[in-house]
Amino acid sequence: MSTEAKKEKKFTMTLPADELMACGHLACQGCGATLAMRYMLKALGQKTILCIPACCWAVIDGPYPYSSMDVPVYHCAFETAASTATGVKAGLQMTGDTETTVVAWAGDGGTFDIGIQALSGAAERDEDLIYVCYDNEAYMNTGIQRSSATPYGAWTTTTPVRHFKNRPKKDIVAIMAAHRIPYIATASISHPEDFVRKMKKAKDIKGTRFFHVYAPCPTGWKSRPEDTIKLARLAVQNGYFPLCEIENGEKTTLNLKLKERKPVDDYLRLQGRFRHLTAEQIAAVQAEVDSRWERLMKGCAA
Amino acid sequence: MRKVMMGNHALSYGAMLSRAQVISAYPITPQTQVVELLSEMCADGTLDAEFIKVESEHSAMASCIGASVAGARAFTATSSQGLALMHEMLHWAAGGRHPIVMGNINRSMAPGWSIWTDQNDSLSQRDTGWMQFYCSSNQEVVDTVIQGFKVAEALMIPAMIILDAFALSHTYEVVDVPDQKLVDLYLPPFKPAIKLTPADPRAFGGLTGSEHYMELRYKLQKDMEKAPALIEETGREYGKLFGRELGLIDPYKCEDAELIFVTSGTAGFTARVAVDELRASGVKAGNLRIKVFRPFPFDRVREILAGAKKAAVVDRNCSYGAGGIFYQEVKSAVYGRPGMPPLFGYIAGLGGRDIMVDSFKEVAADALAKDRAEEEIVWIGVKK
Repeated sequence: MSTEAKKEKKFTMTLPADELMACGHLACQGCGATLAMRYMLKALGQKTILCIPACCWAVIDGPYPYSSMDVPVYHCAFETAASTATGVKAGLQMTGDTETTVVAWAGDGGTFDIGIQALSGAAERDEDLIYVCYDNEAYMNTGIQRSSATPYGAWTTTTPVRHFKNRPKKDIVAIMAAHRIPYIATASISHPEDFVRKMKKAKDIKGTRFFHVYAPCPTGWKSRPEDTIKLARLAVQNGYFPLCEIENGEKTTLNLKLKERKPVDDYLRLQGRFRHLTAEQIAAVQAEVDSRWERLMKGCAA
Repeated sequence: MRKVMMGNHALSYGAMLSRAQVISAYPITPQTQVVELLSEMCADGTLDAEFIKVESEHSAMASCIGASVAGARAFTATSSQGLALMHEMLHWAAGGRHPIVMGNINRSMAPGWSIWTDQNDSLSQRDTGWMQFYCSSNQEVVDTVIQGFKVAEALMIPAMIILDAFALSHTYEVVDVPDQKLVDLYLPPFKPAIKLTPADPRAFGGLTGSEHYMELRYKLQKDMEKAPALIEETGREYGKLFGRELGLIDPYKCEDAELIFVTSGTAGFTARVAVDELRASGVKAGNLRIKVFRPFPFDRVREILAGAKKAAVVDRNCSYGAGGIFYQEVKSAVYGRPGMPPLFGYIAGLGGRDIMVDSFKEVAADALAKDRAEEEIVWIGVKK
């Protein structure tokens, strides 16, 4: 094989070419959540129904009577992504549609906070649906208020610089793992092949499947739109948001092994929401990321 | 087939005969037997339905909504605090035009904790866009669930079938269980014109600006206005098939009445006994039981009250700062109309206190002694 042919092979596109999301949606520039939706639909295909509660995506999809999606969308109440999706699946089942994948697609507020009861209920019952939380680490749609997914140190409009958030981010993956559901994955828009591969894998599993997707938000993070993918990649590379999957709440696999983890410093400095942090506070963020990484490594070894 | 059953089981039989396809429910006293029997029916195959045992009433209504928009006939039942927790989703079900049928057992709102009957739970939901049917017998409960689905699906408006805690929910009565074949004839399978399906991808309930929102709500009201005639028409159809006609109101000896009680729920049947006893003692009393509260049967109420000298509205509820809620509606029905009787408003039976035949006699004595209502609310049987 010539060098050129080798090069060509190296760049073979592995993502499905189908586009089920049209341009003309209403996302901000550099929106990570929009890429997340695009990749998910590439993996799941057209036989998919989305239940979207109040979140950025309730707006991104487009106003009535428009939709930027080529799949059906039910806009549901804030705390009901999991419970509405449960009903949709049951309704399909009873009307003879056993093929369609039902997806609850919610932000971090709708998942970590107001929707956690319905999510926990659905997971405990092992409802046959895929729940995706696209996490931009605050209530971005309402104007950047803190959620329990907001990390330590971050500025938001309800955690001003003088009282920045001093509690760590809620460990949603551990919470979901405790439900012993068949499949849990983390995914990032910076690693679309990994994202699509895991989403395709999830599609063929029965029961509750949970995805925690990292979705940078230039508007809320005070970062440059062109840095969105860079930020997502840095978060994977420094262990802030490791790519992993957990099967049946037990078998943990790290999908992207890191020879050497980068320090969180570069990642934090690209975002205005962390601008106020002192060297000691950055060290505290690093320590928290390190301890989470240790826990994950222990999980993978177990 | 005639069967002795409790009011709660009458709800279950209504849902079963209607061939509900998805049932999603959460337990609350005094509703539990409704879903216990339904879960047995689903387990033994009597009813081919998905039973979702959700973790709250809020999720119960959310999943009924999901099931309904996916094209399935959905049913749930709740009471009091559970209904209040659903409040947001009640607006959602009606605003989204999802024809769910729900049983609600009237139970007083806490605090203090009470499991006994009054109507403040369901009447607090009057502006959510649901139809509300107040039942007075277990027979009426079974029949109204079936009719409720028919009317709900024709108008794409959800329906609440309401019965008093214990006074009906736990009271055993003989019920003529409708024949399944005839029910299938009366209520064909649910086939919505549009539903959530990849074959026809649509977005439901997206961001709706001021250029569209009002028209959607206008249509809801316009369709609600079609409900009274449809309830009567489908009620007559029901009568032809099953021998029991279902309507908006149930007047009893009102034609020549000087004093008409206006009632609802189980008190509406107690009032008939009071009417008979009052008539035996020389007082020409009558009873207008209002069955459908939403949409409010303005025309029918006016027709019945037109001939009376006085009307006494007995409410098992209170809109604090205003008064009895049925009283307010009846007042608005007669306002500005010539030939209408003076109205008197009474509140009785809150928190499950019994409304007895004597309670109605007390009401009659008060109303007959006065030319017009001197107080906005007269409380019956209260310890002042």
